Order: sequence, then structure tokens, then C-alpha cells
Amino acid sequence: MALPSYTETRYRIWHYIYLTICTFVFFFLIAPLFVIFPLSFNAEEFLVFSEGMKNLDPDAFSLRWYKDMIYGTKNPWGLAAKNSFIIAIFATIGSIILGTLAALGLSSRHMPYKGLIMATLISPMIVPLIISGVAIFFFMAKAGLAATHTGIVLAHIILGTPFVVITVTATLSGFDHSVTRAAASLGSNPVNTFMKITLPLILPGVISGGLFAFVTSFDEVVVVLFLAGLENTTIPIQMWTGLREQLSPTILAVATCLILLSTLILISAELLRRRSERLRGINR
Amino acid sequence: MSSETKQILTTDGIPLEVSLKKAEKKNKIKAFLLVAPLLLFLVITYIFPIGDMFMRSVDDRMVTNMLPKTFKAMEKWENLEELPPEEVYRGFYEDYKVLVEKQEHGKLGQRLNKEKNGFNTITKRLFRQIKRNKIDESISIKDQINKIHKRWRNIEFWLAIKRTAPPYTMAKYLKGMDMYVASDGSIAQVDEDRRIHRILWLRTLEIAFFVTLFSFFMGYPIAHLLATLPMKYSNLLMICVLLPFWTSLLVRTASWMILLQQQGVVNDFFVMIGLVGDDNRPEMMYNKVGTYVAMTQILLPFMVLPLYSVMKTISPSLMRAGKSLGGTPFVAFWKVYFPLTIPGIGAGCLLVFILAIGYYITPALVGGASGTLISNQIAFHMKTTLDWSFASAMGLMLLTGVLVIYWIYNKLVGVDNIKLG
Repeated sequence: MALPSYTETRYRIWHYIYLTICTFVFFFLIAPLFVIFPLSFNAEEFLVFSEGMKNLDPDAFSLRWYKDMIYGTKNPWGLAAKNSFIIAIFATIGSIILGTLAALGLSSRHMPYKGLIMATLISPMIVPLIISGVAIFFFMAKAGLAATHTGIVLAHIILGTPFVVITVTATLSGFDHSVTRAAASLGSNPVNTFMKITLPLILPGVISGGLFAFVTSFDEVVVVLFLAGLENTTIPIQMWTGLREQLSPTILAVATCLILLSTLILISAELLRRRSERLRGINR
Repeated sequence: MSSETKQILTTDGIPLEVSLKKAEKKNKIKAFLLVAPLLLFLVITYIFPIGDMFMRSVDDRMVTNMLPKTFKAMEKWENLEELPPEEVYRGFYEDYKVLVEKQEHGKLGQRLNKEKNGFNTITKRLFRQIKRNKIDESISIKDQINKIHKRWRNIEFWLAIKRTAPPYTMAKYLKGMDMYVASDGSIAQVDEDRRIHRILWLRTLEIAFFVTLFSFFMGYPIAHLLATLPMKYSNLLMICVLLPFWTSLLVRTASWMILLQQQGVVNDFFVMIGLVGDDNRPEMMYNKVGTYVAMTQILLPFMVLPLYSVMKTISPSLMRAGKSLGGTPFVAFWKVYFPLTIPGIGAGCLLVFILAIGYYITPALVGGASGTLISNQIAFHMKTTLDWSFASAMGLMLLTGVLVIYWIYNKLVGVDNIKLG
């Protein structure tokens, strides 16, 4: 953003100060993530940059922590990863089904008590996680679902549905309802209309809500800490334990993998957002 | 038009109005049925359990159920200046004997000891007397119990039992505010040096407030830059906001733990530029500094995204118009641009504040003792002391605060206007 040539000096100075501040903030946001990369290849056991690393000595770098992550016996990362993926996938499916149905109902102009119901459905996102954790733990303990995969999946569906409800409702706000009426007038039944007309059109919203639900479940630690037994350990729980007890570089190897995963998710979310904006006719 | 106009009928001869109402009702039910599964699921697994938390937090039926005969007899204890009558003693003795048989007398002693210090000793004495069959039921129980220990002759201890009679109590809520019910029934404050909870509440508010403030001052400029730059640059810079947003909270906390440790990169940098001596590296983790820095970075995207979505809708020609009408860039910004961004500011600040006030993971890892928040205390009571009713009470106090903010947020922005990504 170049300044017009007639700008006075003091505004020029202000402008550069502003740009400097912005640079600092962007640096503050993104730089911490990059400190993890090099340290995860550390050949030594300490979480500081060794002299060798500072001099870019190849011997100072190694893949030993990645090997430890995969083959190590002390840290059940394999089990944790398996559990995390299973739980997140089922929680995402559950959130998508319940959330999309609810969003369809909420977008209908006939929906009674819309504000109250919306507030209730969104509440798990607003209520502090620690309170959700306590409440859900009480329920799961009573229902005999504590320390089971089912219990954790149900808990994550609770936490994930608000995202699906929000994104799908947003997609439906630009939805032209005359196409479903057209389908109905051409003899299609409601289920068929939904599968063939509505769903393809709102799919970007559904998938992006699903991504949020997936990440919420995959990254969730507070509620799982209350619910999980030894068998249900997940990646966040392992990281939490590791960060509290012994801060080993294996955690950084895992963290690097997680950053790569979140980059993938970011790219898909961005592509979806653009597609959905194109479909809704928002041109920028 | 006159009101006697002939009613319009549909083809089946039903008045149109009735027919429309019927259709309307059908549509309403249809819409509701779509929402019903999720609503039902949430009510059962989430809303009711929060109600259950409330029941647990006020529940005090343990003693009520343990001493039914005592409390029945106490109804006849009218003169509270004097020791209770023989019936109360006999009721208590009989209740206690049942508890001894069920081996629950220890729980009662501990519970009463919380109400009045020194109770555990005298209930244990009574227990020994009962075990040795020293108590003769045919003569006055009152005299025999009074002989066991002088505290049984102290009316304060009997008043303490009486206070535990109601099945519901506010004691946990008072404890959460460092208050308690004194022996005369009035509400008193705990000693100055034991007021830990009030410190925690204030610290939670303080940290949430300053994190919101820092995020605002850092988020506003970059949201503005992102909204005004040409697309190809802003898309690239947006990654700096979105990548941390999508990255695991624990990963980001871990990176701050590495950066802020005493031999960490930030301290290395300070030593390098000569700000601090190598042997005098400041402690930046396990205190408030760590909590502030890490929480601000983690919550910043939640400030930037709503601000950005509002700023994106403000036409740049407005600023130009302000300037062309004679305003300096500052005046044009302050009088034209800033007021238009207020909805975004409200959304961002409330979102960050709500998230910060309930934060748990980051303070627990980088906060140390002076950087922990009320959530950490709740988790401590859930997992370590197992005082679930107290944890519930504190959780609900926090929830009330959050719901008030949520309500304001809803009034100002509307929950259905939340934008993600």
C-alpha cells in the first residue's frame, strides 16, 4: 500500500510506525510455531539450540526423536494417535449429522423460539471448557460411559456441533429456497430433494463445519482429561502429560507432525471458504 | 372493504385462513423436528448435567440422612441457650449406633469437624464407649454422653449439629468467596491470610482483561492491514493468523515453553542484545508474564478474525471522503473509520474475554503458582481433593459470569452473526 506522493512527512512516519507494528505482530503470531521445527531434529536431549545447531553442523541434527515417536516403547504415541483419529472421525460424523439437521430446521422461517434454541445449541462453544468437562463427566459417570470411547465421542459431539450449526446456518443464509420448491413441483420427495439439490449446494459449509468439529475433537484435552482412562489416551493427553512431566524432544517431533496436519486443514478450509463464497455470489 | 366480505375458500371448501394456519403449523412442526435430535441430545447430555452440578453444589443431605432421629428430636429443642433435652441425646445416640454398625461414623465425624473444629475427637470417644458397651440405655443418655468429654456439655457443638440439619446449603458458594457461616448463623469472612479464592477470582478477571486489551491493541492494526491490502498480499499474510488458529493449543503452548525457558530463545536474544546479563536471566515462565504472553498469542486470532470481517465491509471511499472534506488522516480515521469498526471490536473483545476467563491448559502449563486461574482451582478440586460439590459451585459461579457476558454479546452482536474463518 504505497502512500500518495503528496503525503506529509509526519503521516509518512506514522505510516511506517504502523507497518512496523504490524510486522511485529505477524512475527509474534507465526514465529513461535517455527521454533519447534529445528528443535525436533535436535540430536541432543535438551530443548535448547545446541552450539552445533547454531553452527549448522550436520551432526547436531538427527531423526532420533521421530524414531522414538514411532518405535519408542515408553510413549504410547501409536495408541494415542489411533484413538485420536477414531474418536475425531466418529465425533465429526455425529456432529455433521446432528448439526446439519438442526441448521436446516433453524434456517426455516417457521422455526419457533429461534433465538432461544440457537443460544442453547451454541452454548457448548461459549461455556468454559472446564465447566463443560465437569458437567459431561457427571453425566458420563452416571451413564457408565466414563473411560470409554463412546463417552469421549459423545462428549466431542457436544463440543463439535456448534461449529457445524454455525457454518451450515451461514451457508443456508445465502441459499435460494426456490430451487427446493422447484424440485418439489417437479415431483421430487423431500429426502430426494435434500440429497440431490440442497446437500450439494450447502456441502462447503457442511465440510468446513466438519473440519472445525474434527479439529475441536482432535485437539481437545480438558474434557478428555476428565473422561479418559489409560485405554483411551489421545495425542493431546500424551502431550499434556509430557509437557507437565518430562519435556522430551519427542513431543516436538509430534508437534511438528501436528503443525503439518493443521497446515493441511488450513489449506482445505481456505479452499472451501473460497468455493462457498463463489457459490454464494460474494465476489471480491 | 367491509368486514362482511365473503370468506375465501380453498378448493376443498375450507376457509383459506384456516388452511394457511394449518400449513403454517405443519411447517413449524417440520422445522422443529429437524432441530429436535440435537436439542434432545444436548439437553440430556449437557444441560441436565449442568443442572446436576447445581444440585451437587447445594446438596447437604449427608448428615440429614445420617441423623434422622436427632433432627426429629431437635424440633422440640426450643430454648437454644440451654443444652438440648434428653430426647435429642437419645436420638443422636441411636443414630450414631446405626452409623457404627454401617461403619459410616467416621464420615460423620469428619463432616461435623468441618462445621466445628474438635468434633472428630469427641465422636471418636463416643464410638469407643459404644464399642465397649459402656452406655446403659435404661438410664439418662444425656448424663452419660456429657461425661464422655466436656465438649459434649458445650452448647456450641450441639448448635453445630443443628446447623447441618437443612438438606441444602450455600456453604460451598460462600467458601468460593472466602466466607463462611459463623456459629451464630451470620456470614463471616475467613482470616485475611486464608482468602485464596478471592485472589484467584481477581487474578482471573485481571488476566482476562489485560489479555483482551493486548489482543485488541495488537489485533486492530493487523486486521486493518489485512482488510486494506490488495488480495494477493493479504491472503498470504492471513496465513499468519489462520495457521496458529488451526494449530493445536498444546503445540502452541509447548512452543512458548521452549521460547520462554531460562535457556530459551527469548532469553538468549535478550543476552545477545545486552539487555540482561548471561548469569542474570529473568524467569519468564511459571509466572504471570508467561501466562500473559502465551494467552495473548493464542487468543489473538479470535480478535483479528471478527475485526477483519467487519473492516472488510467498510468502503475505502469513506476515508477518502473524510479526508477530502478537510479532515486530517487522524480525524478521518477517528471520526469515520473507527466508529464503523465498533461492532467488530465488540465481537472480538467479548469473544477473547469469554475464552480467556475460562482458560485452563495454558495457565496450568506456563502459569506456575502466580499465573493460575480459577479454572485450575476447579480442576484441582475435581481431580485432587475430590470435593466435587465445591468444584461444581465454583464452576457455576464462573458460568454465571460468562453467561452475563454471553447475554451482552448476544444483545450487541447476535450469536447467529458469529463468523468463523
